[in-house]
Amino acid sequence: MNTCKNILLVGVGGQGTILTSKILSTGLLNAGYDVKMSEIHGMAQRGGSVSTQVRFGERVNSPIIGRGEANILIAFEKMEAMRWLEFLSKSGKLIVNDHEIESAPILAGKESYPEGVLEALSEKSSALVIPATKMAIELDSIRVMNIIMLGVLVKQAGLETIDWKKEMKNLIKPKFVDINLKAFELGYQYKV
Amino acid sequence: MNKLLTGNEAVARGAYEAGVTIGSAYPGTPSTEIFENLAQYDEIYSEWAPNEKVAAEVVVGASMAGARALSAMKHVGMNVASDPIYTHAYLGVNGGCVYVTADDPGLHSSQNEQDNRYVALHAKIPMLEPSNSQECKDMIGKAYEISEKYDVPIIFRMTTRVCHSKSVVALGERTEVGIKKYERNIPKFVATPAACRRHHVELEEKLQRLEEFSNETDLNFTLINKDAKIGVITSGISFEYAKEVFGEQASYLKLGFTYPIPKQKIKDFAATYETLYVVEENDPYLETQIKALGISILGKEKIPITGELNPEIIASSLLSERPDYVQQDKDLVKGRPPTLCSGCPHRGLFFELSKRKDAVITGDIGCYTLGSADPLNAMDSVICMGAGVSAAHGFAKVFEQTNDNRKVFGVVGDSTFFHSGITSLIDIVYNQSNCTIIILDNRVTGMTGHQENPGTGYTLKGKKAPIIEIEPLVLSIGIEDVRQVNPNNLKEVREALNAASIFEGPSVIITKWPCALKKLHEEEKKEYPVAQWVYKVDTDKCRKCRMCLKVGCPSISFDPQTGSFIDPNTCVGCSVCAQVCPFDAIERAGDA
Repeated sequence: MNTCKNILLVGVGGQGTILTSKILSTGLLNAGYDVKMSEIHGMAQRGGSVSTQVRFGERVNSPIIGRGEANILIAFEKMEAMRWLEFLSKSGKLIVNDHEIESAPILAGKESYPEGVLEALSEKSSALVIPATKMAIELDSIRVMNIIMLGVLVKQAGLETIDWKKEMKNLIKPKFVDINLKAFELGYQYKV
Repeated sequence: MNKLLTGNEAVARGAYEAGVTIGSAYPGTPSTEIFENLAQYDEIYSEWAPNEKVAAEVVVGASMAGARALSAMKHVGMNVASDPIYTHAYLGVNGGCVYVTADDPGLHSSQNEQDNRYVALHAKIPMLEPSNSQECKDMIGKAYEISEKYDVPIIFRMTTRVCHSKSVVALGERTEVGIKKYERNIPKFVATPAACRRHHVELEEKLQRLEEFSNETDLNFTLINKDAKIGVITSGISFEYAKEVFGEQASYLKLGFTYPIPKQKIKDFAATYETLYVVEENDPYLETQIKALGISILGKEKIPITGELNPEIIASSLLSERPDYVQQDKDLVKGRPPTLCSGCPHRGLFFELSKRKDAVITGDIGCYTLGSADPLNAMDSVICMGAGVSAAHGFAKVFEQTNDNRKVFGVVGDSTFFHSGITSLIDIVYNQSNCTIIILDNRVTGMTGHQENPGTGYTLKGKKAPIIEIEPLVLSIGIEDVRQVNPNNLKEVREALNAASIFEGPSVIITKWPCALKKLHEEEKKEYPVAQWVYKVDTDKCRKCRMCLKVGCPSISFDPQTGSFIDPNTCVGCSVCAQVCPFDAIERAGDA
């Protein structure tokens, strides 16, 4: 339909999906792209599924995309990757955090977390599986998982020329900047 | 300077640049951030009003007094505000006045999908519809010019995707337009029948002039592609979607000023194209009016009337284009229903209510609507703001007629009580029904993302304010049986529910504890000490009875082999699960 690039970011409330999208879209804006970002929140804080869409290019019209249009789907949780998979273009790339967050009915033992999600994702798409939560725990800060994933994304999307560290310094609270810079570097250098 | 702004941020910026000096609103998704952003500007006095009707009346007064004034509300909020708004159309303005309505196609966070473009048509108020953030900012300025030039208030209609999408905005400077002189003008501003018979005639004349304006203004513009065979008439976010779908295959008549519609411009555009589509979300607002001009155009016969649109839906509806995408494995996706948060003070109350299978519980709008969700399932109805109180009265009166002795409880949050629960409670006192209203005072307007309200002690601008205490308020209107409890103490809750159940006549229970996510004010930290410990399950004592799961806390998980487990990272130590465990298997786990 057009020449815009579409990145769909998905996760569960509290995983930092919206902050990641903010850093991403601000960086793209400052690099001279037209950018639109759409987020749906509201119930997000209450354990729901969260998604944001970032579109960039010379000129962006719609802030949202339909199925089959994401060039990159970046999922902070693996069942969320499956939930949003239909938005991925057949030539698109999936980057998924190898991590599961149980929904309320799963926690209560009413249903179980599906088995074989990663295998199915890999079968259906070119999936990059990143142990980002594990890496974040090793950094002693589970909350920087999103920034590790951002580092991976930047490399995969070929957006290395943008000064992401500057954007992070502007958008992240000063006392958390160092750990997030470290996390970004870890993701960026991750050998896939 | 270029910035990436949401539509809501851009509206606030637009109001600032347009010289607005006053605003009043009540929070409501997706409109809330307009006023959260407006509050940053020192040049503008802005406030949270108790409800949208009050907010609208404040801005009518402010406009009469000569100021440029702004109000913003979600679509259903405009129902609440409609009384002053409809008459404001007759009276006109002194300083310009704009009402933002933020509609929610797709019901992302609402109880209906009403299309408020019909309010403009019905109330006879000129309407602007932006498509992106730059237009949000620029069109607010235009709205004030039109308001003052034609002596009318303006409806500024947005939708969730316009409100919550970010796009690039070139910022401008503020123009100080000042505050106009006010002089008493009884024939203009006193809405007597005699005055309003005249006003109605004048308003119809204004609308004729506004239709001429609509034909001339570049708010309604054409985007012509040379070889295009298709003509698309559209407005709002649908314009962005349509461009995405048709690109250069179509020419567009983009309407930014959608009441009154530009009839001549539409006729001229329509005459040029054999294939004509009208692309709009939800109701056929434009379509009906275009067809009334005798123009043959395709719209809702193809495009769904329900739900939110996107480019894919438009492409498949009008062009029969099917997207090519990676198939999902549906068996591997489970729902993620929202739940009350860990430590939510509503949990204790709803757990106790859930045990009263014979009770009728009328609910209301807020986080506590989740009391209707599994595993609590403790709710019979939710309608609108305040109905948790008044519908309880309706149930109780019918139960009187049928000699039904089921107990009726109405639940309502603190902010919702101030919004429109007070008048409902007055009805209950005045007309005496045997129901118990439970006011869930979590010290904040929670669902919309933590706004101050008349009970919190602070204003939108962060200034200290008098606290309106709920207990003396309900006593003063004549409720004789009032109990205040800590909802995290199940015994207290139970005893209050028992006592209220046997009390003859209206009664009130106030459950008072702050939202677990609230950033407490200094004085609140003393009044509501937060637990410095979490809870854990003693696996030797756990008999796997699953009783703790019935409170529906997202920190508790269950494994058939090992029993219950409490996530120490998310537990906030409310202790509700520990009180529920019949085997004392849940205990404090040292400091959090």
